[in-house]
Amino acid sequence: MSRRARSRKAPRTGVDWFLTFLRVAALTVVAVGLLAFIAQEISTDNPFARWANPDATGLTGAQFRGLIVSGIAQGAMYGLIALGYSMVYGVLGFINFAHGEVFMVGAMTGMITSNKLADAGYWESNFIGSLVLIVVVSVIVCSLTAVIMERVAYRPLRGSPRLIPLITSIGVSFFLQNASVVLLGPAAKAYPDVPDWLKSKHTFLGIEGARILVILVAAASMICLWYLVERTKSGRAMRAVAEDAEIAELMGIDVNRTIVKVFALGGAMAGMAGILWGILFRSVIHTTGFLPGIKAFSAAVVGGIGHLGGAMAGGLSIGVAESVGPLLILEPLGVSGVSQLRDAVAFAVLIGVLLLRPSGLFGERLPSEDRT
Amino acid sequence: MNTTLPPTTGPQPEAPRAAPRPAFTHDWRRIARMGSVAAFGQVFIALSNMPVRLDERLIVKPVLSLGYLVLLILPFAAGYRQGHQIKRENMPVCAPGPNEVVGGFLCGLITGGGLSLLAVLVTHFDLREPLVNWSPVLLDLLSFSNEMWFAVVIWLAIGAGMGAAGGVLRLLGPKSHRVVVTMALAVAGAAVLESLVVDVAEGLGLEPLTDRLYAPRGGVAWPSALGLAAVSGLLAVLGRGRFRQARVRHAQMEGAQRTRANLGLIIATAAVLIVLPLFAGKLTNELLANVGLFVLLALGLNVVVGLAGILDLGYVAFFAVGSYTAAVLTAATSPKIAPEMPWLVALIVVVIITGLVGLFIGAPVIRMRGDYLAIVTLGFGEIIRLLFLSDWLSGWFGGSQGITKIPGAGIFGITEVSGTDPRRVFYLVLAFCVVAIYISWRLERSRLGRAWMAVREDETVAEAMGINTVNVKLLAFVVGAVLGSFSGAIFAAKVGSVFPASFLILVSIVILVVVIFGGMGNIIGVIAGSAVLIGVLGGPKQPGLLAEFSEFKLLIYGALLIWMMLARPEGLIPSVRRTRELRQQEMAQDAWLRGQVDDDDAGGADGPRPAVQP
Amino acid sequence: MNRMGHLTKSGKRRGAFSLFVSLLAMLSLLATSCGDDDDGGATEAPAPTAAPETTEAPAPTADPRGDPMGDGSLGIVEVEAGDAIQIRSLQAITGDVGAFGLPIDRAAYIAVDDYGQIKGFDVDLGASLDDLCSNDGGQAAAQIIVADEDVVGVLGTSCSGAAVAAAPLITNAGMVLISGGNTSPALTSDLAGNAGLNHSVGYYRTAHNDLYQGAAMAKFVFGELGFTTAAAIHDGDPYTQGLAQAFADAFEAEGGTVTGFSAINKDDTDMVPVLTEMATGTPEALFFPIFQPAGDFIADQAPGVSGLEDTVLLAADGLLNANYLPLPQTTGMYFSGPDQRFGENVNQSTGKTATDFTTAYDERYGEVPSSAFWAHGYDAAVLLLDAIDAASWVEDGTLMIDRQGVRDYLYGLRGYRGMIGTLNCDDFGDCGSSKITVVQNIGGEDNVEASLNNVVYSYEP
Repeated sequence: MSRRARSRKAPRTGVDWFLTFLRVAALTVVAVGLLAFIAQEISTDNPFARWANPDATGLTGAQFRGLIVSGIAQGAMYGLIALGYSMVYGVLGFINFAHGEVFMVGAMTGMITSNKLADAGYWESNFIGSLVLIVVVSVIVCSLTAVIMERVAYRPLRGSPRLIPLITSIGVSFFLQNASVVLLGPAAKAYPDVPDWLKSKHTFLGIEGARILVILVAAASMICLWYLVERTKSGRAMRAVAEDAEIAELMGIDVNRTIVKVFALGGAMAGMAGILWGILFRSVIHTTGFLPGIKAFSAAVVGGIGHLGGAMAGGLSIGVAESVGPLLILEPLGVSGVSQLRDAVAFAVLIGVLLLRPSGLFGERLPSEDRT
Repeated sequence: MNTTLPPTTGPQPEAPRAAPRPAFTHDWRRIARMGSVAAFGQVFIALSNMPVRLDERLIVKPVLSLGYLVLLILPFAAGYRQGHQIKRENMPVCAPGPNEVVGGFLCGLITGGGLSLLAVLVTHFDLREPLVNWSPVLLDLLSFSNEMWFAVVIWLAIGAGMGAAGGVLRLLGPKSHRVVVTMALAVAGAAVLESLVVDVAEGLGLEPLTDRLYAPRGGVAWPSALGLAAVSGLLAVLGRGRFRQARVRHAQMEGAQRTRANLGLIIATAAVLIVLPLFAGKLTNELLANVGLFVLLALGLNVVVGLAGILDLGYVAFFAVGSYTAAVLTAATSPKIAPEMPWLVALIVVVIITGLVGLFIGAPVIRMRGDYLAIVTLGFGEIIRLLFLSDWLSGWFGGSQGITKIPGAGIFGITEVSGTDPRRVFYLVLAFCVVAIYISWRLERSRLGRAWMAVREDETVAEAMGINTVNVKLLAFVVGAVLGSFSGAIFAAKVGSVFPASFLILVSIVILVVVIFGGMGNIIGVIAGSAVLIGVLGGPKQPGLLAEFSEFKLLIYGALLIWMMLARPEGLIPSVRRTRELRQQEMAQDAWLRGQVDDDDAGGADGPRPAVQP
Repeated sequence: MNRMGHLTKSGKRRGAFSLFVSLLAMLSLLATSCGDDDDGGATEAPAPTAAPETTEAPAPTADPRGDPMGDGSLGIVEVEAGDAIQIRSLQAITGDVGAFGLPIDRAAYIAVDDYGQIKGFDVDLGASLDDLCSNDGGQAAAQIIVADEDVVGVLGTSCSGAAVAAAPLITNAGMVLISGGNTSPALTSDLAGNAGLNHSVGYYRTAHNDLYQGAAMAKFVFGELGFTTAAAIHDGDPYTQGLAQAFADAFEAEGGTVTGFSAINKDDTDMVPVLTEMATGTPEALFFPIFQPAGDFIADQAPGVSGLEDTVLLAADGLLNANYLPLPQTTGMYFSGPDQRFGENVNQSTGKTATDFTTAYDERYGEVPSSAFWAHGYDAAVLLLDAIDAASWVEDGTLMIDRQGVRDYLYGLRGYRGMIGTLNCDDFGDCGSSKITVVQNIGGEDNVEASLNNVVYSYEP
């Protein structure tokens, strides 16, 4: 839409100039920050680094690696959640704002199940078994949540103006979040303690076990999903509906069923992410789903919405950017208290990507009516 | 509702009525489904602790508390809803009969069964670990402090009774229906508005009246509740629906006549709003001032969302920028620059700065697709809050310590408006609301307003019609920002301090709910939305009349948003044009059906008589 | 503005024009509509210097009933026979800070029950009001309180941010506000005789001033642990930021170096970035006076960050509770906070001990208090009741309460034995015990009580 509009109208308006200015400014800030960081790394007494930030200290290799790994682990979870956003957007063309809350429901379910298992003593005696069990329970609960959500709140609105389901999904998000408050209480709830091999650092690059687990499981889920979508019959149906729902229906595909499947799959991925979150941070609260949800959506957009690989890549980029960005770009520029601006960095990445590449890193795949 | 649809304009355009259905022929699956959904809802409400918390608030003393009221509503609603017949074109609608009552009874029975089951479960299992309200207190409430079996029986009975009552309501003719509803509304209204009524009555010297109406520790005293019901019922009988007639007449008025009627309404409202605060105490004025602040915000968002169709989820950013700019410019304690301007001078700067921020945020997002735009604006809102909060800029804005000791708003040296006197705050807010309403109203009818609506309806077509969509949308952003900044500047002067915690995303969402609940694109609707939601339930940090709801108000906002979108997307008081857009498809369908009907009719088929005489 | 001009040129002149007209209209409306207020100027806030000269300490046994305090300058509240004396409780009782404010709120109710009648009149606390831990929430609730002119005093608030907005309203109405939870120096003084920015006459608190706690922690780290470098993290809350800043300032004043000072957001879970930021300065100690759940994550993730492996972790009273101490990652951590060894302290007015209180609390609410400030709340409530007692007399069956007398009593309070220790009010309303202790967590589910009593350092200026 935007590019089309611009290509047709040759004269650049004030807005265009302003946007160009913004793009240049954003790139300059990033470039200067990075240069100052590199200067700082070479030598903290470097005049350029001193000019940018008189208190510059620089990072050690281990610290830098720690940042990257934590960013990747965080990003892998964003990516898993982003898959749900991306798939739903691909099929229905609207942001299911409440998808982040499905993730929260997953983390909550995991918390409840694992604490019950811990009470029964099963958690300590057979950790892997319990883990599989809570994953199964959480995936089922999340899929159900997503499907019920679709049935109750979104299906009746199909075909209405596009802002309507979006607003509804904000309502759903709000409702789920606060339902968790009133049912489970507003305090943060803890997971039972995990075995030492998850907590201690491993010889392999000095990464904590839990982060390795998160990255591996996310990768495995991603592969399963890819297989499901690209190689199975229902996957083909999904792709067909995403391509053009009307034609798909004419070809004998049950569109409603396919959409339900898409929601269920997205929910399952969110449930999986919820458990990983629980294992990594061992604490969950009703707001757990909100910001990660929005960041995951940003990830889906950054990667190019409707594109599965893109969602994962977007998640990783957002995760790494918010982990590394403050120290790599803002701190060398002399900003104080940079960690507080983490979320701001994540959103800035979203805005920056949309400014520079409106269709995301890998390009969008949109439902038919959006492609016109 | 569908005043724009030809078929319902007549006084009694009911579809032909068939004989009542037999008492025991039911769509059993429908009853079971509806009953179990209601039962589920009932259990959810019970486990959300709402009944226990709200039990403290009495509606009718000593028989009914708000806590029990929320438990009674669902079986009643299920029973009422159960009797609802889907109106199909040309299908006769059965006259209501015993069938409805029996259905309602069964539906309510199932609903009540949910709570009965819950009582049994709470007695025998301990699920307090995840569910914090799974407690003896809940059981105590459900069983009226009796044994468990009592709870089982009583809730089945109450459910069935309420369900049947819902069914009976269907039986009543429109006249008695109206009387019953009026009576219920009168008692409920008196109970909800209690503190307001007492406060105003005190100012007017009518305490003896309110002392009689309300029991000493809150709640309508039961004799006066009966009296109130009787009086309002009588009024409803005497009124014979004149109010509705007047409304229909008003809706049908055209041209000068309508303008005159509107003018009368406006003058009456203005008179009430100017005179009432003089007699009301701090409580009422504070409430009105808070409502007014949200009216201002909602009017601003209404321009952006309602008129131009841009879903801005970061609207709180403008509120924040307005507040902070006013704080920095007027407070002597502002950390970096403290020009200590008079408030009115500062306001001009505030308007300019928020306008610029509106441009700055608007420019990058304006070309994005609607849903991207929503998230990106949300991101901007969050970025702005984080910047105000950050240690980095704390040298400018005080960081987490905020800016305190902000002086009140001085108005030409005549008075100073600050939080200590809510009445003045209200008058100031009122003045700004009038300005904002005027701006919105003028804009809506201007060329720009029509351009916004064109963009809202179809951007591509609007562009093809020669509208510069980018500039038009940017202007909407800027106008919305400026209106929001008024609210921010008053807020800073009213509270006397600004902290970043006042500008959470939550505020954006609440304003959005207000706009949508009231009716997107309709000024009156937006005002009504703020009055009902902020006034009764309360804002993000402001208690409403039902302060007991404060723990649940976000939950209710969420549910309300969903329900509104599903059932009535045009809002409480819909804008005519917006309704037409939303119902486009339905109306097209209706028209098509009507065409079909006419064809059939012309063909002289022996089908049922057409519902609509063309 | 240039851009605006551009837009107007492209055919939107009318829109811009009507905006301009509306702005003008607005200004003129303002001029007319707000002038009709007949109340005159707002009553001037009492000058902040009006702290009265210290009256002699009311001896615990002496009964001032015969000679009520006060000169009536703020008005007299009359309570007719059969009515109750009205006071209110304004705390953060919902949301994530509920765990902090709720025990203070409940303590007030227990204190009122323990105290019994005042001169034959019942005391009514009404329904608890919620300050939502925010300035606007505090103001809205305060507005509800001051609308009732019979209220003598208010117990609250939990959060300093709420007091900033609530205190002016409440004290202007002649009432007193006594907090068991506020610690911000801005509300009282900088302890060097200068009134804080948001100080109001008629505001008191039994909680300690942040500056004491910051100094206590700094002296402990510098003097006892012998560290010369430390870093601090806050979470953007006014309380945590103030305390972290107080610590940093005191630590530098001691002669140490603050190698890092940063912040997180309350919702953050991944603390590696902020910990890495701190690790670049390789501090010997890391002070994070924040709340749960963020506190869990910092303690959990800090040892895994290169450069912080051996750093000693320090926290404050926000994390000194029965949920945090049993976490495995917090074993060995140091916590600063008010002296929690209340065990044998007796409140001189009600005669109750802390054990009596916790028993009563458990009976009523079925749990142990979720924050340590219940004792401050209890003492605050009893102080208010004592002050009402001292400033009231019965005339023809009507109880007369002198508002100024209530303040006089509180400002003159010396050597009062409360549950938290000895209370002395200074001229700025700081009444709390200034004793701060640092405890070390022994670790484990069963050692919470032992850890709270495991005092390794105590500070009293």
